[in-house]
Amino acid sequence: MRYLPHTDDDISTMLRVTGADSINDFFAVVPEELRRPSGMALPDALTEWELNDLMAALSNADTGATDFLSFVGAGSYDHHIPETVPFLAGRSEFATSYTPYQPELSQGTLQAMYEYQTLLARLTGMEIANASMYDGASALAEAILMALRITKKNTVALSTAVHPFYRQVVRTYVEPTGCSVLELPVLESGRTDLLTLASSADSAVAALQSPNFFGCMEDLPTAARIMHDQGGLLAASFTEPVAFGLYRPPGDDGADVACGEGQSLGIPRSFGGPGVGIFCTRSRYVRSMPGRLVGKTRDQSGKRGFVLTLATREQHIRRERATSNICTNSSLCALSSAVYLASLGGSGLRRLARLNYDKTEYLKRNLSEAGWTMPFTSPTFNEFVARIPGDAEEAHRGLREKGILAGVPLGRWYPDLRDCLLLCVTETATREDMDRLVSEVRS
Amino acid sequence: MSERVGTQGLLFNEPLLWERGSRGRSGMSLPRADVEPAPVDEDLVGNGPDIPDLSEPEVVRHYTRLSQWNFGIDSNMYPLGSCTMKYNPKTNEKQAARPGFAGAHPLLPSELSQGALQLMAELEQYLAEITGLDAATLQPAAGAQGELTGMLIMHAWFKHHDDRRSKIIVPDTAHGTNPASAALCGYRAVPAASGPDGILETAVIDRLMDDETAGIMITNPNTLGFFEENIKAIAQIVHRHDGLVYCDGANMNALMGIVDLAAAGVDILHLNLHKTFSTPHGGGGPGSGPVLVRKKLEPFLPVPRVVPDGKGWRLSDDFPLSIGKIHAFQGNFGVMVKAYSYIRSMGADLKRASQLAVLNANYLKERLKGVLHLPYDRPCMHECVFTDALQQPYGITTLDMAKRLMDYGFHPPTVYFPLVVKDALMMEPTETESRDDIDRFVEALEAVAKEAVESPELLREAPHVCKTERLDETEAARNPRLTG
Repeated sequence: MRYLPHTDDDISTMLRVTGADSINDFFAVVPEELRRPSGMALPDALTEWELNDLMAALSNADTGATDFLSFVGAGSYDHHIPETVPFLAGRSEFATSYTPYQPELSQGTLQAMYEYQTLLARLTGMEIANASMYDGASALAEAILMALRITKKNTVALSTAVHPFYRQVVRTYVEPTGCSVLELPVLESGRTDLLTLASSADSAVAALQSPNFFGCMEDLPTAARIMHDQGGLLAASFTEPVAFGLYRPPGDDGADVACGEGQSLGIPRSFGGPGVGIFCTRSRYVRSMPGRLVGKTRDQSGKRGFVLTLATREQHIRRERATSNICTNSSLCALSSAVYLASLGGSGLRRLARLNYDKTEYLKRNLSEAGWTMPFTSPTFNEFVARIPGDAEEAHRGLREKGILAGVPLGRWYPDLRDCLLLCVTETATREDMDRLVSEVRS
Repeated sequence: MSERVGTQGLLFNEPLLWERGSRGRSGMSLPRADVEPAPVDEDLVGNGPDIPDLSEPEVVRHYTRLSQWNFGIDSNMYPLGSCTMKYNPKTNEKQAARPGFAGAHPLLPSELSQGALQLMAELEQYLAEITGLDAATLQPAAGAQGELTGMLIMHAWFKHHDDRRSKIIVPDTAHGTNPASAALCGYRAVPAASGPDGILETAVIDRLMDDETAGIMITNPNTLGFFEENIKAIAQIVHRHDGLVYCDGANMNALMGIVDLAAAGVDILHLNLHKTFSTPHGGGGPGSGPVLVRKKLEPFLPVPRVVPDGKGWRLSDDFPLSIGKIHAFQGNFGVMVKAYSYIRSMGADLKRASQLAVLNANYLKERLKGVLHLPYDRPCMHECVFTDALQQPYGITTLDMAKRLMDYGFHPPTVYFPLVVKDALMMEPTETESRDDIDRFVEALEAVAKEAVESPELLREAPHVCKTERLDETEAARNPRLTG
């Protein structure tokens, strides 16, 4: 096996040094009844070339990834990724390194993470960011746990316009805490009903998503005011950070935590992961926030350098007293998103966001003319809900037969919207692509 | 001594990203605008983020220079204990990047994502076969999230049986995240001390286990690198009180094809695909932390699960006892593809990988005996733990030796962990290091130990050839500067 360097000579020399007769001697401590009586029932080892054939066949069986015109978003987005992103993030000095515990040998990762924290804080309009989390859903769950710790309150207000999967993850995470979850309904505008929030009083946190699951921009300034009057926090989640190239970011609207998924920023969809969980907050919460942090410091000669910092919040020091078990981030994906943002630049992000917006509006307008209606009135980004005459699942299947994935039917999560599809347009959709969908809808 | 592998090369200074660039540059080609601009709600529009504009060559130079300040497994031996820094095969990267995988949307209809689903189903089967357990979830995005998933399963199991338990036993040789994972599920961690041999004694667990205790979180092999020989008897005690045995399988690299963890009494186990199954650590993620369980716990696994559907596969949420979701979608599929590729490339050689990992660790331990103090002198599994006791008389600490090793071109071992050994240096060579490379590492440590006596200031001021000198971590924590 080409990954294993040992020759028979190596092995006998090494055994001699250890005083063992065979490798089995090292396993003498394993009681007989715990040993496997026979080998593992695994397929035979493949050569590199056989593996290529197998994986080509398997990946080609994912026909939805390659053969269809897709308008599917719902938390995972198709954006162009410049070749520089995988090329640079793939450099093995980055890819094959561990968590930067030894800063003098990890300045590349550490400076890149410091820059990532800065870029993301600027993008979301917040003061600080951590070095990333697993994904957008766990970032929201951790934001809620943080708010419960800070406010010592016991209710969480969760908008039903938050991605249904994120809500499921939040429920899994908070289940053992025994706190109660109040679901906030959605208005006809497509925005969260903030009156329910105002009348509920005394929540630790309101968790909204903006742009929300339906693509609609939420009224975050009002939500922030309501929460701050109650002594609670506003956690603003997102799945599409490209929106902040056009719209005001959550930090400017009073959010206490801005958290979400950064897959849009230069990371392939990969069937849902890995992505990168973005977590940004106010400086005053720095000692309560979860996740790795990179800080700026100096070396003995006074030269600028970077280290992991505030580790006392973490489990390997506090052990029994720790409140967060996070000890990994999504470093390489965070690096990808930093390279992506660096490539795009502020000016490029502005143009890209506008392009996404204009294309989405184009498809909305043309689908409306073709007879679909848009039930929600609030401004959207990239995604929108379309109500179709008839059964949404059936229409979705019909379009699939024409080679088009027309978003996702919403009935699975929102019975009231079972005649609706959630459609997504990014810069990767050309006018011709959209015209093709519209012409199929017309016929 | 053979030629020192660490040397000096030309490293470039590189400013922060925003100290470069000029407004109006662009490093990314944007599609042309083929639709008319649409009106925007001005009340919502922002000013756009303050992100520097760079050209493509500037971006490439910036990150290339940063990468050169980093040390990876491809640079040299990276013997971090309990981290299993084995070689990351290059073909695995190619497989994960195939358009059919990398371009797959997580909500694709199942008939259009059969390749991805089949891969997940088979990976679950392989992991079950490798560990001896019955069923798996691939959803956790990291080892610590796997631990949390395992604890949530335990919590859900007891809740389902209307059995409230408040405590869990966590040995002092368990991984550092274990108590925190338990705390997230409302369990108080009850520490259990390991015995004089560095392993758990049955009597200790017998004393601690009761009907209020959910079970035990045991790391096997433990963080001293020893096989918990009494695991079966311990599991029997836990089971006698209707508790559950959680095994942290981060150190599975010692056991593949050798130990049947189901036979050992383990009920729940997490693996780290980024350790045992060769996927790159990426400077701290993304990882993947699958959880395996016994049949009786299968109904509690996270949803969605991959289930057979006629001739193919589909995702199903139809598991009413499930703990729910812990990842937005199906987990880190891109990482799964790499682990799958590794398992298919290794086949039965996985057992050989474990054997050679253990041989390497024992060889290293034997060679270093006397150079460093060995607190537990007995055969180890995949890693071994030393201390700085022989160097302390010269005022040299574990940290000093770790920093000096950098000058010799090696990444230091894990230091000051496990906590059960004072001033520990914990070393895990893994099976992909050759005897020659281990010999060079030993030579480097011998040279460092000699310097500790003859010129200790060289160690105290180390490293000397890295991008920076020793960094002031205290200042960083006292006055956190997290953004620029």
